Amino acid sequence: MNMELSDTLQSLVDDLSENYSDQLIDVYQSSGDTFIRVQPDAIVEICRFLKDEHHFIYLSDILGADRFTSEERFEVIYNIVSLRDRERVFLKVWIEEKDPTVDSITDVWQSASWHERQVYDMFGVRFNNHPDLRRIYMPEDFDYYPLRKEFPLLGIPGSIELPSSTPDTE
Amino acid sequence: MGIENSLGDGFLTTKVDSLTNWARSNAAWPMPMGLACCAIEMMAFAAPKYDAARFGSEVMRFSPRQSDLMIVAGWVNYKMAHAVRRIWDQMPDPKWCIAMGACASTGGMHRCYGVVQGCDNFLPVDAYVSGCPPRPDALLHALMKIQDKVRTEHSTKLDT
Repeated sequence: MNMELSDTLQSLVDDLSENYSDQLIDVYQSSGDTFIRVQPDAIVEICRFLKDEHHFIYLSDILGADRFTSEERFEVIYNIVSLRDRERVFLKVWIEEKDPTVDSITDVWQSASWHERQVYDMFGVRFNNHPDLRRIYMPEDFDYYPLRKEFPLLGIPGSIELPSSTPDTE
Repeated sequence: MGIENSLGDGFLTTKVDSLTNWARSNAAWPMPMGLACCAIEMMAFAAPKYDAARFGSEVMRFSPRQSDLMIVAGWVNYKMAHAVRRIWDQMPDPKWCIAMGACASTGGMHRCYGVVQGCDNFLPVDAYVSGCPPRPDALLHALMKIQDKVRTEHSTKLDT
C-alpha cells in the first residue's frame, strides 16, 4: 500500500498494529485523510488507547453510512482529532444489518452522546451502554430510519403528522 | 347618486364594501414567518430601497394577533409546520397568506422526508412567489396581487 503518513501518524499506526494486531483490519488514505478500520467489538478499547496514548482528545464527529451490501451493511465512522499533533484520523467499523449494534464510546468522549443518537436516529444503529439512546431529530413515534437506502426520498406519506387544516371549533 | 345633491360639499358616498377593502388592502400588516434565506429578501422588501411602506405593509408585526398577512419565507419542516399553523390560527380574520419562494410553495430543492412539500398542505395560500430566493420586487408583486384580491372581495356580510 502506498501511503504518505506523517511521523506521528506512522507511529500511531505502528503502535496500533503492535498492540491490536487482531483488531486492526485496514489502514488506508483517501483525499489526504487517514482511515483505520477496526473490529467493532474493540472500538471502545481502541478509542481509549488513542485518547490516552496519542492525545486524540477531541471527538469531532460520528457518522453513519449505509453501504447497502448484503454483509456488514452499516458503517460507523469516528472522526477524531489530536489538537497537540494537528492530526485527524477516521476510525471505521462495519456492522451487520441483522444485529446493528456497536458499543457506545460515551465513556471515552462524553460528546459522543448526541452524535450516537443521531446515527441511531438516521440508521437504526444501536449503541450498547449509551446513557440516553433516544431519537434526536425525528419524532419519538417515527417508525423508520430515514437515511437507510431503502427509505424513499420523500418519506412515507402520513408517517409524520401534519397540522390539522381545520381550526378547533370551540 | 342623488343623495350627494342634498348633502352639499364635503361629503362623498361610497359602499361600505369599497371603504373596508380600501382600508384593508392598504394596511396589510405582514406576519414575517422567516424560516430560511427568503427572510433576508423579505427584510429588503420592507427596507427603504424596495419600501413596502408604499403599499402600507411596512409594519412587520411579530405578534400574530396584530397582523393580517402571513409571509411564509422559507422551507417548512414537519416540526415547524405545527408552529406555523398555530401562529396562523392565532391571526385574526380576515387574513391572507403568501408562500414566498420555491421551498414554501413546493418544497423546492428540499425533496426529502423532513420538509413539507409546499406550505399549502396545511395553510390556505393566496399568492405564490417563484424564485430561489425571489427578488424583493417579486414579493412586492405578490403583495399587489393580494391587494387586488382584497379589493375585489365582498368584505361586508350579513351576520346570520
